[in-house]
Amino acid sequence: MRLARQVGSGLVWICGSAILSDAQGSILRPAGAQAGNVEWLYWTIFWIAFVVYVLVVLAFTRAATRNRVRDKEPVPVLQNPPGERGALIAVHSALAITVITLFVVLGMSVVTGKKVEGLTSKNPITIQVTGHQWWWEVTYPNSQADQTVTTANEIHVPVGKPVVILTSSADVIHSFWPPNIRGKRDLLPGYQNAFWMQVDEPGIFRGQCAEFCGYQHAHMGFAIVAESVDDFSKWLEKQRKPAELPTDEEIGRGQQVFLSHACVMCHTIRGTGAASRMGPDLTHLAGRHMIAAETLPNTRGALAGWIVDPQSTKPGSQMAPNPMSSDDLNALLAFLQSLQ
Amino acid sequence: MAYRLALAALLLIVLAGCEREDRRFRPSPSAANILNSVQVSGLHPGGGPLQGGPALPGYYEESAYAVNEGKRLFNQYNCSGCHANGGGGIGPPLMDPAWIYGGEPGNIFATIMQGRPNGMPSFRNRIPEYQAWEIVAYVRSLSGQLPSDVAPARGDDAYFKPAEQAMPKQTPTGITGVPEKKK
Repeated sequence: MRLARQVGSGLVWICGSAILSDAQGSILRPAGAQAGNVEWLYWTIFWIAFVVYVLVVLAFTRAATRNRVRDKEPVPVLQNPPGERGALIAVHSALAITVITLFVVLGMSVVTGKKVEGLTSKNPITIQVTGHQWWWEVTYPNSQADQTVTTANEIHVPVGKPVVILTSSADVIHSFWPPNIRGKRDLLPGYQNAFWMQVDEPGIFRGQCAEFCGYQHAHMGFAIVAESVDDFSKWLEKQRKPAELPTDEEIGRGQQVFLSHACVMCHTIRGTGAASRMGPDLTHLAGRHMIAAETLPNTRGALAGWIVDPQSTKPGSQMAPNPMSSDDLNALLAFLQSLQ
Repeated sequence: MAYRLALAALLLIVLAGCEREDRRFRPSPSAANILNSVQVSGLHPGGGPLQGGPALPGYYEESAYAVNEGKRLFNQYNCSGCHANGGGGIGPPLMDPAWIYGGEPGNIFATIMQGRPNGMPSFRNRIPEYQAWEIVAYVRSLSGQLPSDVAPARGDDAYFKPAEQAMPKQTPTGITGVPEKKK
């Protein structure tokens, strides 16, 4: 009886923690129809497996406890023992039920897969996601080159609209996985993948690289920011603009620091002379909520630490340490924080 | 007995594969002031032999990781824009024996940092020192100056030249190497 209670509370604990787990990065907290379908399939298979498990345990218990021979006499083998026919029927029907159940589960998987990939829309928003060691380049292509928006690690999408995600990789294989929204898709160097994605709930949802890609694989996160259609258009309009010219003396000096240090060798700030594509585009850096691929909050302190010694946060990262005087660093931070 | 010996040898071999080298992600700034002690001209008062090259950070030419980082940065910082993959174009080739400003590591470092007349830009303050050393090590691998277990064995793209590991070793000529023969 005590054992049963322990097993029961264990089960409740497992199911409970699965249901109540953090909404960030859980397939059990769907924020769209695609993840909703997957969640439904998950729980359906979970409960089928649960029933099968209980039945198997009961059958084992019965087989283990029934007709126990306590003495050492061997049990005689009978040619046609009584009850053989009944047992045969039971085994065959169990086999048939197993096969049918598996086919039902297979059918449900196929239908769910069709539903997940079956979104469609006319003139959808297209977003190009390129994986880098260890961050995500996000581009909103436009037929006019100067209207193309490039940002990093944050994918803004309008709520309730299907969008097309195009994926590729600049170096090794990565995998795009926003658990609250849809399943994984690999990013392959030299090959473009395309798939649909729709978020039905406004919010910020964490995604993660799901294919081991090197030293900082675990710190290769991204965010999907779902907002109303109006907010999304406003955001996109703002991103299209180049960075504003510094008005303040300190900010102006910060821009000079940026342009005369190693920053300029890897990063772009549209509207200035910095135009390298090796690192994330920083044109509207201050508008992002995290830096270093969802690793640090976008605060002045974290930004300072990241600039001076990125290798303590993400060893092996391609961002070089930038020792500089505190005056230069303060000016640089003022400039970076002005990039709204 | 032979079987046990073979097993022991195999285990030793496996053990040797455990740690190839250290990767340094937080290099300490180099102490020596290389730039002042590099000689970039063969002309000097009094004649006589050239002074030896400056002391060099040894790590970069012994670490395959550092040389490979150099290879990545060589393309990333667009050295290949002028020097191509070592064959030259707008800039001089880097896989031949001729060195206008010296082929010693310190000389190449000084050339990257200071820039040189007729088009070589100065990367001082733009490229962190340790990355410049990585590029120096890679540039030297282009003419076969590095041991073959350190030089890159293959590239990610198709090249029309052998991998750095298989490059024929050149004997540098020019100001710090063997003097060029008069014709």
